[in-house]
Order: sequence, then structure tokens, then C-alpha cells
Amino acid sequence: MALDSKTEARKFKIVGTRPLRPDGIDKVTGRARFGADMSAPGMLVGLILRSPHPHARIRSIDTTRAESMEGVHAVVTRADFPAFVEDEALADVLDNCMAGEKALYDGHAVAAVAATSGAVARAALKLIEVEYELLAHVTDVDEAMRPDAPALHEDRADETVPAGMSDNVMARHEFGHGDIDAGFAKADRVLERGYRTEATHQGYIEPHACLATFGSDGQADLWCCTQGHYMVRNTCAAILGMEQGRLRVTASEIGGGFGGKTTVFLEPVALMLSKKAGRPVKMVMGRAEVFRATGPTASSSIDVRIGMAKDGRITAGFAELRYQGGAYPGSPVDMGSMSAFAPYDLEHVKTVGWDVVTNRPKQAAYRAPGAPMAAFAVESAIDELARELGLDPLEVRLKNAAREGTRASYGPTFPAIGLEATLRKAKDHPHWSAPLGPNQGRGVACGFWFNFGGDTCVSLNITPDGTVTVSEGNPDIGGSRASMSMMAAEELGIPYEKVRTIIADTGALGQNDVTDGSRVTFAVGLATIEAARAAKREMCKRAARIWEIEEDAVVWEDGAARPAGPNAGKHPPMSLAEIAAVATNTGGPIAGHCEVNAEGAGVSFATHMVDTEVDPETGAVKILRYTVFQDAGKAVHPAYVEGQFQGGAVQGIGWALNEEYIYGEDGRLQNAGFLDYRIPVASDLPMIDTVILEIPNPGHPYGVRGVGETSIVPPLAAVANAVSHAAGVRLTHLPISPPRLLAAIGAK
Amino acid sequence: MVRVRLWGSLAAAIGGQTEIEVEAGTLRELLDTLARDYPALQPQLERGVSVAIDGVIYNDDWFTPIRPDSEVVLLARLKGG
Repeated sequence: MALDSKTEARKFKIVGTRPLRPDGIDKVTGRARFGADMSAPGMLVGLILRSPHPHARIRSIDTTRAESMEGVHAVVTRADFPAFVEDEALADVLDNCMAGEKALYDGHAVAAVAATSGAVARAALKLIEVEYELLAHVTDVDEAMRPDAPALHEDRADETVPAGMSDNVMARHEFGHGDIDAGFAKADRVLERGYRTEATHQGYIEPHACLATFGSDGQADLWCCTQGHYMVRNTCAAILGMEQGRLRVTASEIGGGFGGKTTVFLEPVALMLSKKAGRPVKMVMGRAEVFRATGPTASSSIDVRIGMAKDGRITAGFAELRYQGGAYPGSPVDMGSMSAFAPYDLEHVKTVGWDVVTNRPKQAAYRAPGAPMAAFAVESAIDELARELGLDPLEVRLKNAAREGTRASYGPTFPAIGLEATLRKAKDHPHWSAPLGPNQGRGVACGFWFNFGGDTCVSLNITPDGTVTVSEGNPDIGGSRASMSMMAAEELGIPYEKVRTIIADTGALGQNDVTDGSRVTFAVGLATIEAARAAKREMCKRAARIWEIEEDAVVWEDGAARPAGPNAGKHPPMSLAEIAAVATNTGGPIAGHCEVNAEGAGVSFATHMVDTEVDPETGAVKILRYTVFQDAGKAVHPAYVEGQFQGGAVQGIGWALNEEYIYGEDGRLQNAGFLDYRIPVASDLPMIDTVILEIPNPGHPYGVRGVGETSIVPPLAAVANAVSHAAGVRLTHLPISPPRLLAAIGAK
Repeated sequence: MVRVRLWGSLAAAIGGQTEIEVEAGTLRELLDTLARDYPALQPQLERGVSVAIDGVIYNDDWFTPIRPDSEVVLLARLKGG
């Protein structure tokens, strides 16, 4: 029953241990095959021509000269794709993959070529003649909201947007409860402040890559680097006007995604090129293309007002959030508005979010999309208020912390949650009382994320020699093959080494949602456990037939079928391997499977603590110490959980200190490469310490909660709070790059 | 009858009501009834919603049971990364 707890009290034997990673050898020896590692006989190289203009009407595209060049086998433009895609969101995806009437940002794809080599393809791109009508552009969210701002689209706003606003405002979202005016009237101190964050890229190591083969019989195969190959299949099929069953997609190993590979960029183009050329087409993005044309996250401008009583009780909270999500609707401002005050038990709270388009690449999800920016603003304001009132920032958060029974700022009443536990762990941790030196400061912040489940299929097959193969349909970006093998082994009562988990292609399993929303360990884990239980029931049935007793007189314990009690007769246990060995004689191969829409994912909270040192001469910031406290529900493989905590913290540190999309007056991206867009590297960082808390999620048999996203929510604010204390000035604009910090220190 | 709590933007669409009562025993009945009785909610329902039932968030499972005393809250459709 959906409304009852699924979590069972049990003593784990394998779950909670740290076995070797199944993909480790492949990855360190180079045997793992990533997106660009696949080739096919007769393969062509596909390249894309991109707009150099931030906003331009495409008057004409002449591909004649490119098409007649020796070695060129196909050229595609938007004219090659279906003229009409009914679903508005999918139509936007197509328009982002290949521009229609207008180029909407610097880097927007306008044509593509397939040729016998990269050199020929590059030469052919230069022969494509595009006539542009240049249009005024806007890349800043606040400027884009002005009524006289250059408009990207006409009549795209939804019904929530009041009349008279800029055409760039796509939607308005409002959440909250209570009476904030009454709440502010009770405050001893009200703080109002504006905050800004810049767009950051997910920064995955592996650029987008794919290999498309479109047969003359209308059937196609696609190999690609993605967080969700079923999503790729469904999206490409819709865009290309083909049936889903005629396109088989296989996911490569993935060199990072973090949300940025939850949509398509190259894949429909590669398929169309292959269809026209009649040969396989491989496409691999360069790093500059990744920056210019794939989804960074939204940038934001946020105004916060918080009222606080002298004792630290928050009397009211309000935030107005403005996110630009690039050239199409759909910035995650709704998620930011829902999550901004979620860690706190507030009687009066309200958030208003505005979804805004600008001449930038279409944003894509980035770990807990929308939440880190909102948390930065709210957690900075809480920190500043606590400091002004002479209060301990952890005590203030404990005083206001959401608990079981709290009505969340976004609506529902929380069940058992772990925020208070993370705060108490943080307060008791030696990090909190460690001394600080000159120019050093300590910051804390809390964060929240929803998590979800979704469509999931698992097939678990018992081989004749008693080993087990688990097939699942979600690319492994965070250790899911290990986690699934562990949960299957736990449930079956066999060693971890006896189980191998593979990622099946779209032809092998039913629909699987994308590896996102921190859903995989929760949802695929739940399905794996159910598949293992189905296999156990079948194995008990086989043992019953062999023993000539009733099926319900057999139980599965410690990896073997056993008589349920003395009345069932004296039969020696039959192990999984013994039952598998005679499967042919007892009814045929044995398998278990589960197909489910896994609902009931539990929300997750974290508290982060960081020490920083500021160089007042250069504006450089050094991270001295960092500790993550997060609720994992149940940590299946603690090393992977720690890795998720550490990775989120590090990406958040980069967002807070260095990373930003920088646009020139000409509307062009100025820093489309890792030399000028600096992500933290190992030498920049201390070891990120982690503390795993386990408050079971009642929606999962083992209590698992997703952990992949919450860890990026607190670090922006935690770092900003620490730097603000170290520098003696409040930092409200991220990233706190050296020039920005020096300017703030100079303005004191 | 089930009491359903709406978020601010949805409440504004139906004249400021933040809670409404509907007859529904499952998620499907809830969404169908809302679409039928409150046409102003239709655009958002078509774009997608998530539903929190007794604090647990559900997306699409039509047959998720709802008890008469359940706390039901409509939410913007969840996204993830």
C-alpha cells in the first residue's frame, strides 16, 4: 500500500559495506567505452555550424557549395526536420538542436554536415552561407524583465504572468502560507538584501558524443553519452517523427552529467545526418561547443526579506526570485521558490518566482536544479541576522528547523526528516569548535532537496551456475551498478561477487526514467529488491517441487530454500546454485523482474560547515576545511555516498568562488574553455569530510533516500558566509572571484 | 471529501482559494475532478503537477490511494538533475 511504510527492520550483511567498484578496472585501464569510443564501418564525421550572433533572424541558408564538396555526404538544416512538433517543450528541444526562424544565442546550431573526415567537414561548414538579420539582444535577467527589453519570443508567457510585463517573462510562481506582513510586524530585526548568482556549467569531463546509424528500412541505432537513453529514444523519435520501437539507444559509459545530460543536443542531428547520408555518423562536441551550446544552469537575481526575533526565531520570510534559463521557458525558478525556505518551520512565508528568457543557451538541469541559488540567498540572510543579533548561527537554525509535523514552506507536512539530526551532529563536531586564525572565517548553511522516483524496470536472471545478472535501464553515474548488485546480493543472501549489474539498451527493458532527481538508488534499488524477491519465490517453488511439499512450506533464508518448519519434512537446504543447476529439470530458467512507477522517495536535508582564508592583497580565497552532514536514509555503499557528498560540495565551492559564464557587450560568451572558466581542482581543496546520517525513508524497503543532489544546495551559502566573516564584509554576488572580493573589501 | 491545498499561483487562478474540497479516492480521481470542476487549473494540470499525499510526493501513479483524512497538496511538477 502506497500510504504505509515499506521499510523493514533488518540486520544488513552486505548493504552498508564498501566492496570494490565494478567499473573501477575498466575506467583506470581505459577499457571503459565512453561516447566518443564507438566506431562503425563506413562511419562519417558530423559537425555543426553555430551562430556567431546572440540574436538574429535567419533569412536564408545556402548549403549548395557545401553539398557539392567532395567527401560531403549530407548537410542538414531545420528544413530537414518535421515542420511541426505538437508538444511545446519538445518543439523547444528541436529548436535548440537546430535553429528555426531565429538564432537565439551565440553558439546556436544553424546547420550540420556529415563528411568522410573532420577536415572535410570543417571545410564544408565554411561553405555554408547563412544570411542573418541581426537583432538586439539581452543576456541579463533583470534587464530582460524590463518592458522595453529585446524580446526573444512573442506570446509565450503562460496564464500566470500579469499583463504589461516584458515578453521575456514566461511564468510566475508563488508559494507559501500565513501572513508575512503580520510576521514581519513581530520581528525585532528585518533584513532586506539582494543577491545574485551567475550561470555555471555542470562541468562534466566528457563532452557530448554519439554514433547514429539510420538504416534504409527505417530502423535506427544510437550509441550516446547520456543520463537517460530512454529519454533520448523518446525525444528523438518525437522530433524525427518516428516510432519509438524503431530506434534502439545504447548508453555509453558516462564521464559525468550532473543534470546536464538529461536532454539531447547532438542526437537528433546525428540521426538526421545518418538518414540523409545512408551511413553511420559520429558526432563529438569540442569543449567550446559544450560551453556555448549545452545547458549551463540558470543565473539568478534574488531579493530576500527575513524578520527575526531577538531570540533567533524567524517571524516571517519572503523571497522574490528571478531566474533566466536561456532562450527558452523552463528555468528552475519554481524549484528554487519551493525550496528556498524548506529547511525551516515558518508560520509566515512567501516566495515569488519569475521564469525569464534571455539570449543564452537553453539551461539544463544541474544537481537540485534551482535550489542552490535560493539557498544562497536565504541562508546568507539568516547568517547575517544571526550575527547582527549576536546569536550562534547553528542554534538559530536549530530553533527554526523543520521537523516531523512541520508544514513545509512549499505546502505539505513533513514526515520523519533529518535536518535537526544534521544540525546537532554539526554542533557536536570538533570542526565547529576548532580555532580560526587571522583572515579566516567559518560558515554554515543548510540545504534541502525533494528527490523522486519514476518509471523503472529491472530484470534479474539466475544463470545455470548460480551467478546472477541484474539488468537495469539507468546509466550509472554515481555507483548504481555496485548498489544494485549489493541490494540483490543482500536480498538473495549470496556474496556480492556473485552478482553483476549491467545497463541494458532501450530494446531490452520497458520504459525507464532518466538518471536524475536522485532517483536511481531509491527507485532502481526498490525494483531490484522486488525482482530478487520474485526470483526467490520461484526458487522456493522449485525446491517445493523437488521435495514434493507445498510451496508455502518453503522459505528462503541465508541464500537457500529451506523447509518452513518441522511439519514440512526433513530436507537439507538447497542453495541458489543448487536450484539453478537443475532449473532445466524443474521448469526452465529462473528470473525475477519488476516494472514499477516507484513513488514515495523521501526528501533530504544537509548541513555544511566550511572554513576559509582570505588573502586581502589578492582577493584569493582558500578552502581550509569542509565538513558535510547529510541524511542518506540508508547508505547502501557508504563510499559512493561520501563521494556524492564530496562532489556536491566541490561543485558548490566552484560555483561560489570561481565559476561563471561571462558575456561581453556583444552578447558572446567570453570564456568558453576550462582555462578561463575555472573549476576547482584537487590542489585547490582539502579533503572534504563527511558525516552520514541514516533516518530511514519509509518509502523504500531498506530506507534509502536519494543523496546525489542535496549536497550541492548548502555550499554556495556556506562558503559565502565563511568568506564574509573572514573578509569582514557581506558578499552577495557569486562567484566571489578575486576581483569581486577585492572590490568588496575596498568598498568597506 | 478530500481537502486539497493549492500553491499560490493555482490559488490565484481560482479566485484566491488556497484549499478546496473534492471527492476523490485516488490520484486519478483527484486530477480528473480538479480538471472538471476547476477549468482555470487546466493549463497547469496539463503542464504537470506533483501531489504530496500525507507528506509523500507522487507524480503519476493514478491508483495511489487517498484517504478522506489525507493531507493533499498540489505542487509544481518536480524536476531533477
